[in-house]
Amino acid sequence: MLRLIKRFVGVYRRYFILGPLAKLVEVCFDLVTPLVVASMIDVGVAGRDVDAVLRHGAVLVLMAVVGISATLVCQKMAALASQGMGTDMRRELYAQINRLSCADLDRFGTPSLITRVTNDVNQMQLAIALAVRMLIRWPFLALGSMMAALLIDVQLGVVFLVCTPLIGFVFWLVMAKSVPFFKEMQAKLDRVALVQREALSGARVIRAFSRERDERVRFDGAATEQSTVAIAVGKLSSVLNPVTFLVMNLGVCAILWSGGMVVDTGRLTQGEVVAFVNYMTQTLLAIVYVANLVVVFTRASASASRINEVLDCEPALACAADAGWDMDQALVSGAPALSFHGVAFRYPSASANAVEDITFQLPMGGTLGIIGGTGSGKSTLGALMARLYDASAGSVDVFGADVRDWPLERLRASVGVVPQAVQLVSGTVASNLRWRDANASDAELWRALEVAQAAEFVRACPAGLETPVEAGGKNFSGGQRQRLTIARALVGDPWLLVLDDASSALDLRTDAALRRALRALARERARAGRPLTTVVVSQRVSAVRDADLVCVMRRGRAVGLGSHEELLRTCEVYREICASQLAGEEVA
Amino acid sequence: MNPYVSTGSVSTVTSNIAGGDGRRREGGAPLDSLAPATPLSARVITCRLLGFVRPHALSFVASFAAAAASVVLQLAVPLLIGRAIDAMVGAGGVSFEVLAPLVAQLAVLTLAAAAFQWAQGYCVNRLTYRCVRDMRIAASDKISRMPISFIDAHPHGDLISRVVNDVDQIGDGLLQGLSQLFGGIVTIVGTLAFMLSVSVPMAMVVVLATPFSILAAALIARVSNKSFADQQRIQGRLGAHIEEYVGSQRLVSTFGFGPRAQERFDAMNAELYTAGERAQFMGSLSNPGTRFINNLIYAAVAVMGCLCVVTGAPAPLTVGGVQVFLSYANQYTKPFNEITSVVTQVQTAYASARRLFALLDAVEETPDAPNARPLHDVRGEVDFDHVGFRYTPDRPLLHDICIHAAPGARIALVGPTGCGKTTLINLLLRFYDVQQGRIELDGVDVADLARSDVRSRFGMVLQDTWLFEGTVHENIAYGRPDATREQVVAAARKAHADGFIDALPQGYDTVLGEGGGTLSQGQRQLLCIARVLLVDPAILLLDEATSSIDTRTELQVQAAFDELMRGRTSFVVAHRLSTIREADCIVVMRDGGVVERGTHEELLAAGGFYADLYKSQWEEA
Repeated sequence: MLRLIKRFVGVYRRYFILGPLAKLVEVCFDLVTPLVVASMIDVGVAGRDVDAVLRHGAVLVLMAVVGISATLVCQKMAALASQGMGTDMRRELYAQINRLSCADLDRFGTPSLITRVTNDVNQMQLAIALAVRMLIRWPFLALGSMMAALLIDVQLGVVFLVCTPLIGFVFWLVMAKSVPFFKEMQAKLDRVALVQREALSGARVIRAFSRERDERVRFDGAATEQSTVAIAVGKLSSVLNPVTFLVMNLGVCAILWSGGMVVDTGRLTQGEVVAFVNYMTQTLLAIVYVANLVVVFTRASASASRINEVLDCEPALACAADAGWDMDQALVSGAPALSFHGVAFRYPSASANAVEDITFQLPMGGTLGIIGGTGSGKSTLGALMARLYDASAGSVDVFGADVRDWPLERLRASVGVVPQAVQLVSGTVASNLRWRDANASDAELWRALEVAQAAEFVRACPAGLETPVEAGGKNFSGGQRQRLTIARALVGDPWLLVLDDASSALDLRTDAALRRALRALARERARAGRPLTTVVVSQRVSAVRDADLVCVMRRGRAVGLGSHEELLRTCEVYREICASQLAGEEVA
Repeated sequence: MNPYVSTGSVSTVTSNIAGGDGRRREGGAPLDSLAPATPLSARVITCRLLGFVRPHALSFVASFAAAAASVVLQLAVPLLIGRAIDAMVGAGGVSFEVLAPLVAQLAVLTLAAAAFQWAQGYCVNRLTYRCVRDMRIAASDKISRMPISFIDAHPHGDLISRVVNDVDQIGDGLLQGLSQLFGGIVTIVGTLAFMLSVSVPMAMVVVLATPFSILAAALIARVSNKSFADQQRIQGRLGAHIEEYVGSQRLVSTFGFGPRAQERFDAMNAELYTAGERAQFMGSLSNPGTRFINNLIYAAVAVMGCLCVVTGAPAPLTVGGVQVFLSYANQYTKPFNEITSVVTQVQTAYASARRLFALLDAVEETPDAPNARPLHDVRGEVDFDHVGFRYTPDRPLLHDICIHAAPGARIALVGPTGCGKTTLINLLLRFYDVQQGRIELDGVDVADLARSDVRSRFGMVLQDTWLFEGTVHENIAYGRPDATREQVVAAARKAHADGFIDALPQGYDTVLGEGGGTLSQGQRQLLCIARVLLVDPAILLLDEATSSIDTRTELQVQAAFDELMRGRTSFVVAHRLSTIREADCIVVMRDGGVVERGTHEELLAAGGFYADLYKSQWEEA
């Protein structure tokens, strides 16, 4: 945690010094108050001196006013420091997430990253604010009260030396015992949510089989288990307050009894015993707060290490120094659009290669079809082309240069990807389409929509391009969303278009129309001297059969490479796939 | 508290589908929704919550009694301390005869107060978590009685959040919060009573200062609540941004969108800083604020007290009495702080309770007709007789559908997405009820039959296969929980699923994770087919996968489907040519109506919509 704070402390350092200093003023006054009251009693009351009483009262009021002013300063500094550092942390984390490669993203996982930017930073903010405000206050108050009490009388102070560790021990015991319970409670709660989620996602099946009653029993069980654990935790933690109260007041009893004896001998005054009792209460309350601080800091240090983990992560994709390679050179050089040479790739934390020994070349303007079952490595090939990952072995050349030699931004600017997962973000249709090219004109957007077979329904919306898109694109049907993602990839005239299972949500007619439009686009681009190279990843034979080159993937290996007709003759797997999808005579 | 789980703003009705019982909605009545037109009043909510408390009334009463007892005993402590101090006037003046019993009393009092305090904590906890459990079960039961349309129309995350988070909030806020509130009020009243018993004029000093305490606490709470709300709002927006963009991070990298996303993030982040800094500062004022007022009261009490001791006016007082008052003055204002913080918690809890009761009040599925006819042997004849249906009043979906399926016939449903094929399946299983016309099973209107009776005659395999956290055996035997291992294995064998099941680490006893865990789509489908084979239904509803899976499993799935359909009436939402061609009747649907029907050859020869479809998918070169 300290490392994280050091990393972000920067200009906030002064708040960490001034804040606690201001707080110290209030704490000192808190400590002195019982002494002032004691002196008020001993001087004023014993001496029957009204003036002295009033003077002491004025001092108390003055201390209260100065105390609150100092506190306000401290609170303000705490707010500035914690929010300022939290804001910096969020910005830095988000920037880091943008720098991370897909491999890193996979490793952390999206929900975990979200928690780190939100909850973990919030925890840190809380901890920082408390550190500025309280870290001085409570320990100082506890120690100070004890010191003050010992200064009054060492013998009576022995009571403190017994009570304080006792309370500390009780806290330690309860916390140590309840932490595992808390974990269990969370697990049980997760299970309640899981059972309910299953009951919702399986509602049709459950009802079709009339198993509602059994599902209810299952849920009852999960809910009851959760409450049982929660009650067990409650039993433990409900001990804390009574025990603190008990120790504190038994301590007071001891002080009163032995105090009485000491006063009788004349070593202490009545007022001093009053002060002693007050210090006792203050010390023990302070210890309770210190224990709470410990809890907050423990939680925050877990958050801090999660934040550090992200910030310390070196992006796995090293960005090449600009080798100066660009599309003009690529076109002149006559290099192939895509060239895989002995490519293998293993996902981080996977035990086996996702793809292995892939070698092929695709000329500029050509079409590559990649077909295979789920998990055969098709999509991985697409991801390697856009350099979402780096190959573990071999080389991936795009437009004549190794992807590692392309400046990442320029590479990605020349590739348009339609990912398998259909994702839109909230905004408008236009703002979603302008992802690749922020400056694309409306006419360009419409052109892309036409090709993607999306122009018709966008035109039907009253707001046209400015039609709002809800988070995840929920206000569009699955097929419409997918067509928008296709249009998004086409805006900004990419040189390479990667369609990863891009027609899974389209009905057959729309799919066919889309394929026709893409072919027309490719022809038009070829005529204009800006050849469009296309990669189609699919499970459907119909989507790849017209490609110049079809790559048949199975368990990470290319088991067939050639045109549709060639593969029908030579590739057993391809024939099997065709047989399962097309009737016999059409294959032939 | 997680700021990203907003309690109030989750919109509960999605725009595309909303449901409710078809018949009830025919006059264009409002769709059932979880946002009732008139929100429940706080009183109604309290009464209904007490309904959940009633079964645990003993804990409830005990917790309040214990709270009152412990607070009163705790308050007596300073009194005893004060008397004890009065017993030690100075050197040689300590009266041990007085001091000894006082110290003993104090010890006993302390023990008793601690015991009650513990009892209170224990009872509140038990009460809370028992009620939480009951509420969860009630909510979950309710969901299971709701029509499918309701489950389709409401985001599952929102429903789960009501069952899990909202109920938690109610437990924290209402039960624990209320007991804190109660404790706080008893403390204030008790303190006043004790102070009055010691010295009326001195007590008046504290009483006169009370309005200031309340005012300060309330004022600070109001300002800080407002700035916290601002902060929450911005944090919610930032959270949504993060959720959305980090969720699409792969896309963001692919499109090089990072810098622009960062710009938006930075803008919101800066806003959050301003709001957060303000909220943090305001929020941190409440303790020092009341502490300040407290210190002033403390000073006033000290001065007044000492003056009373010295001058005996306006009332005589001892030094011990001053100590008593100082103690009371010290703890008197604390409850005000606590109460204001609990009030916010209670408000949140009420919002949650409102959401819970909105769920509990939603209109349930119409019960089966009381005179539902029993269904005996089913031949498997199905008739759609001029069926009409719409999910939303303004968007007709199905109109005038007539389909006849003779026992054992294989009907293929073909058509573009959104034409209503899947809806037919929903209607057959009575997940939704028809609004016009009728569906007959062996000549009997399904509306006159018990739902479970109808459903037991159907077997269905949908595209999104549902598997639950449990063993392979349990998943297959879902429709017949009493099936023996032999029967399960036989069904799996028929479904061609035995091969991969045997390869699993524990075979049929392998526990599948939620949603089937690591199984491939095809394997999951095989398990679902085995599940249906085991119950041996008369009629089948199948939804073929649109895109084929890995070829070997694919062939097995197809073989399993064939096995399944043998000798049964079947409705297949078909995508595969072979399925379509082997159908006894292809029903071609478009825009909610049947446009063509016949066998493959007949329809091709007719050269209509089907022929077009066929060419675009399978013949285009």
